[in-house]
Amino acid sequence: MATQNKGDFISNLGRIYGIYTGGFIGFVIFIGLLEYFKVFDNKILGYLFIFMTIGIYALIGWLSRTAQISEYYVAGRRVPAFYNGMATGADWMSAASFISMAGGLYLGGYGGLGYVLGWTGGYVLVGVLLAPYLRKFGQYTVPDFLSARYGGNTARLCGVIVLFSASFTYVVAQVFGVGIITSRFLGIPFEIACFVGLVGILVCSMLGGMRGVTWTQVAQYIILIVAYLIPVVWLSTTKFGFPIPELAYGQALKEIAALEQKLGILKPHVAAFADAKGAFSMVEFKNFLALILCLMIGTASLPHILMRYFTTPTVREARLSVGWSIFFIFLLYFTAPAYAAFAKLEIYSEVIGQQISSLPAWVKNWQAVAGMLTIKDANNDGILQLAELTINQDIIVLSMPEVAGLPYVISGLVAAGGLAAALSTADGLLLAIANALSHDVYYEMIDRKASAQKRLIVARVILLVVAAIAALTAGTRPSGIIQMVAWAFSLAAAGLFAPLVMGIWWKRTTNAGAIIGMMAGFGVCLFYLVGTRYFGMAEWWGIRNISSALFGLPVAFIVTYVVSLMTPAPSKEMQDFIDSIRVPAGDVKLVAAADAHKLD
Amino acid sequence: MKGGKLTPDQIQGHWRKTSRLMWTLMILWAFFSFVVHVFARQLNEIVIAGFPMGFYMAAQGSLIAFVVLCFYNAYAQDKIDAEFGVHEE
Repeated sequence: MATQNKGDFISNLGRIYGIYTGGFIGFVIFIGLLEYFKVFDNKILGYLFIFMTIGIYALIGWLSRTAQISEYYVAGRRVPAFYNGMATGADWMSAASFISMAGGLYLGGYGGLGYVLGWTGGYVLVGVLLAPYLRKFGQYTVPDFLSARYGGNTARLCGVIVLFSASFTYVVAQVFGVGIITSRFLGIPFEIACFVGLVGILVCSMLGGMRGVTWTQVAQYIILIVAYLIPVVWLSTTKFGFPIPELAYGQALKEIAALEQKLGILKPHVAAFADAKGAFSMVEFKNFLALILCLMIGTASLPHILMRYFTTPTVREARLSVGWSIFFIFLLYFTAPAYAAFAKLEIYSEVIGQQISSLPAWVKNWQAVAGMLTIKDANNDGILQLAELTINQDIIVLSMPEVAGLPYVISGLVAAGGLAAALSTADGLLLAIANALSHDVYYEMIDRKASAQKRLIVARVILLVVAAIAALTAGTRPSGIIQMVAWAFSLAAAGLFAPLVMGIWWKRTTNAGAIIGMMAGFGVCLFYLVGTRYFGMAEWWGIRNISSALFGLPVAFIVTYVVSLMTPAPSKEMQDFIDSIRVPAGDVKLVAAADAHKLD
Repeated sequence: MKGGKLTPDQIQGHWRKTSRLMWTLMILWAFFSFVVHVFARQLNEIVIAGFPMGFYMAAQGSLIAFVVLCFYNAYAQDKIDAEFGVHEE
């Protein structure tokens, strides 16, 4: 990956990552043998996993170090579609997807599927409406586009404000996730673990910027998907005699339905839009659809995802790489409901209604971990009733290796996978924030004469500072972290989707229209969030505030539309600029008055 | 790209077809994102291989459709670009 043989690196990607994957599997087997022959105790094996994987990321980060602006911001635009898809997959799937999602499905049944849908379908919007055109535009950040299309730095600043509020809430949640995993497997206090995890995040991005993050994210995707699939494939094979859990869990759903009747559970696992008694609930129905919409539009508006498509060599590859992205994400998301079903079957058949003294070993192991699984024999009959069992949703994925009867080495693998998921997302987000501040604010708005060297130093200092602030914030354990993630989606959706889409698809959109529309949409969304959450404002039409973009989004579109029609149409030059980004061929015709400097 | 200039006909024809593809895909997207799930309770009455269909569509069916739509978009847009000669060299 050294600068002189870049070409070699790109053309050998298949071999390099093939060897890497083989090496990683060899490492897992090696640790398995250490465990089998009892060379070290399990705690040391856990350490080996964490340090080995962080070591690999650090190595890739160091090999990808760069002193070139375009390498730092867009990985030199040489990332092939397939690998950009993997990197986007890792960028996208966070600790919440990896560890908590299956648990959410376990607890919520059908209701939890809103997340599965909302976090995948948005890629259709990315691929059809945005990615190819942003790639053709071909600069460094999402605010770059807003500035070029909407007449300069006012639009840029509005974009940076939305980007910052959405991405920062999101990154705090990620650092929180990194802290939880690190503290659990290294046995150190959470506040310190946040900073240890931070080192893991920074080794990937400090030296190489987008280039380093891209190649570590590919490595992280491979680890996280292997770690996610192995335990559940194993369980499916041993319990149902079929190695494809995504098909086998139909059988589990059937058995769950029978057990639900036997146990007298009123709300079945598969029942859609059901209240606690299993009857149709209009509130659940509305919120299910609203959440899907907000998460999907949010997907298509989050800058750390959009900027991944700035790194492909061509427009064509940008489109194709959206296909690969959703495919790699799909592999995990369509497996999560299988996790949930297997876990529910295990608990309904082997745990509930059993003698508390003779529960399966994995239950006892997790009882020992604080706050994960508690059993309270309320009626003192020695038998466990459903209401007497409380479980943390993270346990569904973390305990699967034990439930499936796999050795400890697989638990270490799952931890490494969770860590990879959390680190990669945190990296992408931190880079998006730091790039907006260093490129859009510092370079474009403060010092246009800064040298390349100075810009890169500023970029790295800002990255460090933002990372440290995120870790400090996460260390205070802010409440409602999962909710904050959903907020990030709504904020991005309400603020950025309308100006981006209309800027490409409706030539008549004017500077004033877009800027006022953006702020109006973002403002309404923020008002609803803060009002309902902190000031006891009543919900509008029963919509929960995790879907606040439902109100911000139409406001953004309508205001942009109306104001645009009230202001003079964009100039001929602007229309030519839009034409030039709509086709893959030819040069981009930047408008001189706006921001038409040549980028280095 | 060689020769340089694209004609207005090229640009307009290309955009007309691109827009049609966009609307087609958006309608399919809306169908698999919302319409089919509106009927989840009714679809749940049908059970295939243990999967109630309403549940299946939200857990797997729509997801497969999204993957197919994204790849189809890449394929169809490539064809449109080639047809109007606005593809990358």
